Amino acid sequence: MGILEVKDVGKRFGGLQALGDVNLSVAENSVHAIIGPNGAGKSTLLNCLVGKLIPDSGSVMFDGQSVLGRNPYQINQMGISRVFQTPEIFGDLTVMENMMIPIFAKRDGAFRMHAIENMMAERDIVEAAERSLEDMNMADKRHQHAASMSRGDKRRLEIAMCLAQEPRLLLLDEPTAGMARADTNNTIDLLKQIKDERNITIAIIEHDMHVVFSLAERITVLAQGTPLVEDTPDNIKGHPKVREAYLGEAA
Amino acid sequence: MLGLKKSDSRLLLLVAGITLLAPFILNPFPEGSELAQFNAGYPDLMQRFVIFGIFAIGFNILFGLTGYLSFGHAAFLGVGSYAAIWMMKLLTMNIIPAIILSVIVAGLFSLLVGWISLRRSGIYFSILTLAFAQMSYSLAYSVLTPITGGETGLQPKGSDPRILDAALVNGTTPKANLFGLQMGSSFDLTLGSWVFTFNTGFYIAAVIMLISFYLAIRIFRSPFGMMLRAVKSNQNRMNYTGLNSKPYTLAAFVISGMYAGLAGGLMVAMDTQAGPERMFWTASGEVVLMTILGGAGTLIGPVLGAGVIKYMENILSKINSDILHGWFAFLPDGLENLIVNVLYPFIGKGWHLTLGILFMLVVIYLPGGLVEGAQRINRLFKSKSQNDSKAKPEPAE
Amino acid sequence: MEAIVLQILNGLDKGSAYALIALGLTLIFGTLGVVNFAHGALFMIGAFCAVTLSRILTLSHTIIDDTQKDFLGNPLKVEVPYVHDLFGQTTGDAIIDWAVPLSILFAMPIMILIGIVMERGLIRHFYNRPHADQILVTFGLAIVLQEIIKYYFGANPIPTPAPAAFKGSFDFGAMLGFEPNRIIYPYWRIIYFSFAALVVGGVFAFLQFTTFGMVVRAGMADRETVQLLGIDIDRRFTLMFGLAAAVAGLAGVMYTPINAPNYHMGMDFLVLSFVVVVVGGMGSLPGAVLAGFLLGILESFASMREVLNILPGINQIIIYLVAIVILLTRPRGLMGRKGVMED
Repeated sequence: MGILEVKDVGKRFGGLQALGDVNLSVAENSVHAIIGPNGAGKSTLLNCLVGKLIPDSGSVMFDGQSVLGRNPYQINQMGISRVFQTPEIFGDLTVMENMMIPIFAKRDGAFRMHAIENMMAERDIVEAAERSLEDMNMADKRHQHAASMSRGDKRRLEIAMCLAQEPRLLLLDEPTAGMARADTNNTIDLLKQIKDERNITIAIIEHDMHVVFSLAERITVLAQGTPLVEDTPDNIKGHPKVREAYLGEAA
Repeated sequence: MLGLKKSDSRLLLLVAGITLLAPFILNPFPEGSELAQFNAGYPDLMQRFVIFGIFAIGFNILFGLTGYLSFGHAAFLGVGSYAAIWMMKLLTMNIIPAIILSVIVAGLFSLLVGWISLRRSGIYFSILTLAFAQMSYSLAYSVLTPITGGETGLQPKGSDPRILDAALVNGTTPKANLFGLQMGSSFDLTLGSWVFTFNTGFYIAAVIMLISFYLAIRIFRSPFGMMLRAVKSNQNRMNYTGLNSKPYTLAAFVISGMYAGLAGGLMVAMDTQAGPERMFWTASGEVVLMTILGGAGTLIGPVLGAGVIKYMENILSKINSDILHGWFAFLPDGLENLIVNVLYPFIGKGWHLTLGILFMLVVIYLPGGLVEGAQRINRLFKSKSQNDSKAKPEPAE
Repeated sequence: MEAIVLQILNGLDKGSAYALIALGLTLIFGTLGVVNFAHGALFMIGAFCAVTLSRILTLSHTIIDDTQKDFLGNPLKVEVPYVHDLFGQTTGDAIIDWAVPLSILFAMPIMILIGIVMERGLIRHFYNRPHADQILVTFGLAIVLQEIIKYYFGANPIPTPAPAAFKGSFDFGAMLGFEPNRIIYPYWRIIYFSFAALVVGGVFAFLQFTTFGMVVRAGMADRETVQLLGIDIDRRFTLMFGLAAAVAGLAGVMYTPINAPNYHMGMDFLVLSFVVVVVGGMGSLPGAVLAGFLLGILESFASMREVLNILPGINQIIIYLVAIVILLTRPRGLMGRKGVMED
C-alpha cells in the first residue's frame, strides 16, 4: 500500500473526458513523477488530489483515509502540501510572515481566534520561521515584501512554506516552469536535498525531462486522461509507448 | 507599554494626547475673531469626531485588513442605535447598559449578515451587504415602525417605564447620564478671549474611542490580524496552507459590526434619538469614504479620515458667499467677485463636491490615503536631509 | 386576471428603467471589466439633459405688447420664447411641448461625449487596478457629478411634463379585450416601455449584426486574442462606453415625465440596478434585461394591497430579498457566465 492510492478516478468536463480510470499508487518516502503531453490530464488529476475538483468516480485515499469531499484546507491538514505552477505566496506580507502562517496553521489548526495575542511574542513560531528562513538562505530577506522578490526566490519561499508544515506528501506542479536554467538547477538541488534530509513523499508533475530524470524514482506517464505506463526512469526512457505519446505516430 | 511595540505605543500616546486635548487644539482662534468660525471645539462636533472615528476604525478592521468592501455597515450602526434607545426607554438613562446592548445586538446582526454575505466575495459581497442594509433601512422605515418609530424615529419620553430609574420630576425630560453625570454637561474655561469647552459626553466617548483604538492596534499586530491580511493577499494559498479563511473573515466582519454598533450606541448616548436615515446606504458610503480618505489598512488613517470629513461637513459647509466676500474684500471688486464665484461651488452647501473631488484624487494618486501622502512628504524631507545614506527597505507596518 | 395584467403593466415602466441602466452597466462591465458606480449619475445627467433642453426652448425675451393692457391701463409686458421668433407661435409651442422627446436628439451626442471623456480621462487608468478601486473611484465620480448638477439645478425635483398628446391615461384593458375601465394605463408609460424595448433591441441588433459589434463581443469573450489579431479593441471599447452612457442617458431623458428629476435619482436607481445586474448574472446582457423587467414586475406585484395585507412592507424589500436568495442559490445569477468576477 502506498501513502497515496488513486483508484479508478474519472472526471468529465462537459463532453471532454479529462480523466478516465486513473490508477496510481505513490509509495511512502519516494519521489514519484507524473509526466505526459499537454492536455493529458496531469493538472486535473492534481486538482482532484487536493480538493479543488471532485472526481466523478473512483476514490483517492491518503494514508488510509479518503480525501474526497474535503476542502483544500482540510486535505492540507491531513498532511498534503501543494506547490503551484506559478508561486502562490502572500505577496503583501513580509517573507517572515509568509513563513509564520503555515507554522501557525500546523500548530493551531484551520482556525484559531488569537486576536489579542502579540504575534511576535509567539516565540516558538518566530524561532521555527527563522530557522526555516536560515535553511533557505533567506534570513536577510525576512522583512521584504514577498511580492518584491525574484521568481526563483518566490518559488523557494513557497517550497519552504510547504516544508515548514512538515507534510507527509508534497505535491509539486511543474515547479520549474518558466524558470531560467540556473534557477531550474537550483530548484533540482533543493528538492534533492529535501528528499535526502527528510522523511517525505514527493509527487511531481513536470514537463521538463531533465528535472524528472534528475529526481524521480518512479514515473507514471499519462496520456489522454489515462496512465500509459508506470516504471522506473531507466525503463521509461526507451519505452515505445512513451515516445508515441510524446511524438505522435511518426515515432 | 500595554504589550505594544514602541512605535505603536507612541502612536497610541499621540492619539490619546490629541484626543484629550481636543478642546484646546480644535479651538485655536479667539472668540469673536474672523477665524472663530473655523473652531471645531464645540461638544456636538467633538463627539461626532470620536464616534465616527470608532465607526471607521471598526470598518477598517474589515476592509483594511481583509479587503472585503462592505457597503452596508451603517445598518449595524443603526441597529446599535435602536438597541441603545430601547435600553434607555425600558431600563435606565444610564448609558452603560445602552452601550453594552448596542454592541451585542449589532454583533448578532452582523453575525447573521456576515454569515450569509461572506459566501460570496468581491463585488457580490459588496452588493449583498448593500442589499441587507437597504432592506434594514426600508423595514425600519415602514413595517417595523412599532419598534423603530418609523420616519420620526425614537426618543426617550417621560412616560417610558425605565424600571431602574427613579420617577422623573414632572415637566423634566429624561437625560442620558453615567451614574448621574449628564452627557450634556460642560465646563467652560475662559482664557483671555479664548473659550474652551470641556464636555462630559465628549470625554466619555473619547475614552471609549481610545480603548477601541488600542484594541484595533492589538488586533492589527496579532496572529489573527496577520491571517486577515493573508486573506486579502492570497486566499488560495491560505486554503492550501490548511487555513479556513471563512471564520477569519466572519470574525473580522462581526468585530467591525460591533464597532459600528458601539458607535451607534454612543450616538444615542450623546444625542438621545435614533432614526432610520442612519441606516441609509449613503451613511454606509460615508464610512467607506472616511476609511479610504485617511488610509485603509493603516492604524491612524480611519480616525484621520473621519476627522477630515466631519470637519468639512460641519465647518466648510457653514461658509456662505457673504463670508467669502468678506475674506476677499481687500481685492478689487472684479477680482473679488471672480474668486468668490470660482470658490463658491466648492464650499458651503457644495462641500460634497470638494469631498468627491478629494476622494477621487486620493483613490487615483494616493491609494494609501492621507497617511500615504504624509509618508511621502516625510520621505521627501528625509531623502533631502540625508542624500547619501541608502534607503533601507522599510519593514511592513 | 385584470389585476394581474395591471400589475404587470405597472411593473413595466420601472422595469424598463432598471433594464436600460442594467444593460449599460453590463455593457461596460462585460467589455471593459469595470464596475461603474457612476452609471446612475449618467442616467441622472440624461434626465437633466431633458430639463436643460426644455429650459433652452423656453428661453424668452420680454416685449411690450401694446394690444394688451394690465389693470392700470399700461401696456402689458409679455415673455416671448425665442422659438416663437424663429418658428412662429404654433410651431414654437409645439416644439416646447415636445421638449422631452426632442431631448433624445439633444442628449444622444452629449451622453456619448461624456461617456468617451469619462473612459479616456478616468476609467482607462483603472483597468488594471482591483475592482474595489474601480468601485471607489467611480463612486467618487458619482458624488462629483451629482453635486455639479445640484449646484446648477438645485436640490428640488424639477417637473418636466410629457407632450400634451401623451398626457393622461387610456383604457388599455379594453384594447386587449378585457372588461372596460378595469385597466387604465397612462400613455407615457406605454411609450416609455416601447422606447426601452426599441433601445434594447437596437443594442442587441448592433452587437449581433455589425462587424463592430462582433469584434466587441469577441473582445468580451477574450480580450487578449482579439488584440493579438491586430484589432484596436481599446478604441472600440471606448465607443462602447459612450454607447452605454447614451443608453443610460436616454433612459433618463424619457423617465423625466414619470418622475420629476432630482440630483440623487441616479444613485437611487443605481443601487437597484446593481442588484438587477447581479440577479441577471454579471456580464450577461440578456440576463440584465430579463432581470430588470422581472424585478420591476415583481416589485409592482409586491405593492398590491392583497399582498401587503399578508406581508406588510414586502414591496420595499422584495428586490433585495430576491437578490439575496438568487446570489446564495445561483451565485452566477439567472444567466451569468462562469468565471465572471468570481475571485
